[in-house]
Amino acid sequence: MNYIIGAFKPACNISITFGDGKSRKQVPLKKENGQTVMVPLFQSQENIAGKISVEPVSGKKVEHNGIKVELLGQIEMYFDRGNFYDFTSLVRELDVPGEIYERKTYPFEFSTVEMPYETYNGVNVRLRYILKITVSRGYAGSIVEYQDFVVRNYSPPPSINNSIKMEVGIEDCLHIEFEYNKSKYHLKDVIIGKIYFLLVRIKIKNMDLEIRRRESTGSGANTHVETETLAKFELMDGAPVRGESIPIRLFLSPYELTPTYRNINNKFSVKYYLNLVLVDEEDRRYFKQQEITMFRLEETS
Amino acid sequence: MTPNGVEDEEKFLASGIAGIQQNAFHMHRALDSNNLKDALKYSAQMLSELRTSRLSPHKYYELYMRAFDELRKLEMFFKEETKRGCSIVELYELVQHAGNILPRLYLLCTVGSVYIKSKEAPAKDILKDLVEMCRGIQHPLRGLFLRSYLSQVSKDKLPDIGSEYEGDADTVVDAVEFVLQNFTEMNKLWVRMQHQGPAQEKKKREKERSELRDLVGKNLHVLSQIEGIDLEMYKETVLPRILEQVVNCKDEIAQGYLMDCIIQVFPDEYHLQTLETLLGACPQLQPSVDIKMVLARLMERLSNYAALSTDVLPEFFQVEAFAKLNSAIGKVIEAQEDMPTAGVVTLYSSLLTFTLHVHPDRLDYVDQILGACVRKLSGKGKLKDSIATKQIVALLSAPLEKYKDIDTALKLSNYPHVMEHLDDTTSKEMANVLVQTILKNKTCISTDEKVEALFELMKGLIRDLDENLHDEFDAEDFKEEQNSVSRLIQMLHNDDPEEMLKIICTVKKHIVTGGPKRLPFTVPPLIFNSLKLVRRLQNQDENAPEEETSAIPKKIFQILNQIIEALSSVPVPELALRLYLECAEAANDSDLEPVAYEFFTQAYILYEEEISDSKAQVTAIQLIIGTLQRMHIFGVENRDTLTHKATGYSAKLLKKPDQCKAVYSCSHLFWVDDQDSIKDGERVLLCLKRALRIANAAQQMSNATRGSSGSVLLFIEILNKYLYFYEKGVTQITVASIQSLIELITTEMQSENKTADPAADALLASTLRYIQFQKDKGGAVGEKYESIKS
Repeated sequence: MNYIIGAFKPACNISITFGDGKSRKQVPLKKENGQTVMVPLFQSQENIAGKISVEPVSGKKVEHNGIKVELLGQIEMYFDRGNFYDFTSLVRELDVPGEIYERKTYPFEFSTVEMPYETYNGVNVRLRYILKITVSRGYAGSIVEYQDFVVRNYSPPPSINNSIKMEVGIEDCLHIEFEYNKSKYHLKDVIIGKIYFLLVRIKIKNMDLEIRRRESTGSGANTHVETETLAKFELMDGAPVRGESIPIRLFLSPYELTPTYRNINNKFSVKYYLNLVLVDEEDRRYFKQQEITMFRLEETS
Repeated sequence: MTPNGVEDEEKFLASGIAGIQQNAFHMHRALDSNNLKDALKYSAQMLSELRTSRLSPHKYYELYMRAFDELRKLEMFFKEETKRGCSIVELYELVQHAGNILPRLYLLCTVGSVYIKSKEAPAKDILKDLVEMCRGIQHPLRGLFLRSYLSQVSKDKLPDIGSEYEGDADTVVDAVEFVLQNFTEMNKLWVRMQHQGPAQEKKKREKERSELRDLVGKNLHVLSQIEGIDLEMYKETVLPRILEQVVNCKDEIAQGYLMDCIIQVFPDEYHLQTLETLLGACPQLQPSVDIKMVLARLMERLSNYAALSTDVLPEFFQVEAFAKLNSAIGKVIEAQEDMPTAGVVTLYSSLLTFTLHVHPDRLDYVDQILGACVRKLSGKGKLKDSIATKQIVALLSAPLEKYKDIDTALKLSNYPHVMEHLDDTTSKEMANVLVQTILKNKTCISTDEKVEALFELMKGLIRDLDENLHDEFDAEDFKEEQNSVSRLIQMLHNDDPEEMLKIICTVKKHIVTGGPKRLPFTVPPLIFNSLKLVRRLQNQDENAPEEETSAIPKKIFQILNQIIEALSSVPVPELALRLYLECAEAANDSDLEPVAYEFFTQAYILYEEEISDSKAQVTAIQLIIGTLQRMHIFGVENRDTLTHKATGYSAKLLKKPDQCKAVYSCSHLFWVDDQDSIKDGERVLLCLKRALRIANAAQQMSNATRGSSGSVLLFIEILNKYLYFYEKGVTQITVASIQSLIELITTEMQSENKTADPAADALLASTLRYIQFQKDKGGAVGEKYESIKS
């Protein structure tokens, strides 16, 4: 593969190594082509530093109008393909115009970079961070190399975290009261709760708790909303009677969740909902959806 | 269910089993390669087969058992996994990721079991978590099986006293709490089954429910196995909690079954100490619950417990078991107005059994029970219900069996009242039981009141209660039963003559109402029993003043006379005659001449008026002669009258040989060895001569009618009489007359037209031998005989 690419790739190989590459945590990232690669993980305010080496292919010299590295934070809307909105753009010049005859290494550093948004791969939108190295050349076209990295930002546990408690129902048919122990959950959290049946006049077959992700992109008339069901967790099998209380314990760790994103750069939002669904014997669905806030808690391990 | 449905069900079961097998196969491979993720995946898929709603409990159980076996292997794997360093806590979380609840909970229980064993967390916390999480299954069938699985895997891991899972934080209280909660939830599910599905399938549902009941009852069994439950705890926590659930579920099947379970699984002494609580629950049960069965079982258990050892009896007294049971039964009967009579009687019958075991000395309790039973039955008349009848018989038989003494039963004032409610046939049967008991135990009934009570009880045997019953009347049985009665009459005895007389009067009063069929059976034993008394009095005569004692025999003879007279209605003249003669003889021994004479008169009247059959006449004459011969109190005049009559009767018999025999027998009436007043040789000779004449006549008649002379047997017999009186020294009997008689016989024997008669030959031979023998003896007798030539 590399060989073939090499054939089209003019002149030089560019490689990037991060300063703390060995110790830094690597996380998987899904690329456009569907492949998953391991990339380094950063959070906001970190220094992103390392070395970039440019190595001309076998003895050829590379003539250039300068070499630069950019740190870009981009939001990409799929329905608006090709349009990137750079919400962050930092540049470091690595070299003045000249010629390279042999492998040349440039240290670089972006210190305390503000990266307010997390990397996100949604249905209609993608937010990504990249390092872009450009070897500018005049007529021959620039040589560009990208290095993805992932940003995750951690929040402290919220000081106020009320439970969600609500009584809902259909008159003379079904009255339930449900309770989720919190309104804000971290990604590895457990949802603990209970459902009380106050009145049951329908023949319930089962009850599920769903985790739904609502991703809305664009704004105004162009808003696109995409809802995915990430988890379908059966809570109850069979028909309860009045007075029953059914426990809820849902571990969130198995699911690929992200924190809740509200109005990221005015481009998109990602929200999470718990959807309690009761299905009766005629397969009619009764449901109640509640938003929960997801956040990322610093992992201790 | 249609046959088609059954077929379908088979198909569903087969496919379920196939699903389990297939996934179990993959699971095993994952287990072998230590692939936890796959193992969980396939085990969850396997358990998904249990999510089916298409199987009946029976088939579902089959499916469940297959999955159960597989889960055992999975549990082993989990155990090894934790040994390899996999955190059990993580494992406990991991299995909860499964999306479907049923597989998830089965896995959770399985891991939970390993978790408890690991002791990384207090057993009580894990148990509590498991039993709580299982609430997610609200489907009755699936829930019952899941919880039964939980119960199964946890029962050896309860923090019981002495168990390795007991610790500071884990006490037996937690174990109890866990089992109780699981029990409560299972019962709720079980009860709920009743109310789901179409109404027309009620029967089927009830059948299915009864198939599942042991799953629920198992919990109570587990509870009973917890060593740490002491009486205090049972009293304060366990029983009230169980009963609360039982009462509140308001379900007939569950209540009946669970009450029975409680009674069966927990120890007797606990029942005894918590009687009040347990009994208190009974009236609160649904009216359709068979409480009588429940109570009956309870009392049966307590009875057995009491029977086991007398050491425990004080406990019964201490808790006033009887009073409590009695009042509980009262309440139950009150609460369930439409309880059938059979039920009521069953209850009382069980209580009675209990009382007899526990308070054998408290006859008043027994009477109290019978009284309560009577009150309940009052106004119902005779019972038609065969079950109720059977129960009453049981109720009445119990005291008899226990006390082996009819005395006791006779002391129970309510006993006859209960019996009144039996129909005639059963009442008779019951009376029979009574009588048999007396006979078997050889009980002696010794007071008038008791006899009165007894006869009141067995009136079914003594007289016909209902005229219409004669049709289905078995002669054999009747005879059997009347024989028993007569045996019973024989057994009545009291040493005090006055009392005995009263008894006789009472019996008489009862038996005279018996009707012609019974009298021949009942009269003779009474007569003989009375005569026994008479004889006893005679023996006492020596030491007692005459006037006092002789009053009684007279009275007795009066009564006897009346009794025998009653026989005339039957009529059984032969029997009556015999009895008269017996009485006469007894009167003779009591020196009551007029009485004896009266009896003889009665006998003669009977002979003249009633006995017309010639064979019967012969027998009667023999009896009369025999008896009369022994009478010694008659004055000359009376005796003459009687003997004269007797000889007269003898001569008037139909057949000559009979005449002859009777007449020569009469000779004895005139010569009684030890009675000097009766030694009338003249008349003896007269009788014998007359006998000879009749014998002659008989032979001539035989000659005339058959052409052959009859047997000489009569002559030989007369010869024997001659010899007898000769030996006794009757002077009128001369050697010559004997000699001529012998000659006559020898001639007859040699005559040509004599019919061969071996009996006659034998008798003659032995007679001659006797004469020879006497001669050989020598002495005075020998001398006497010497003159007879033969």
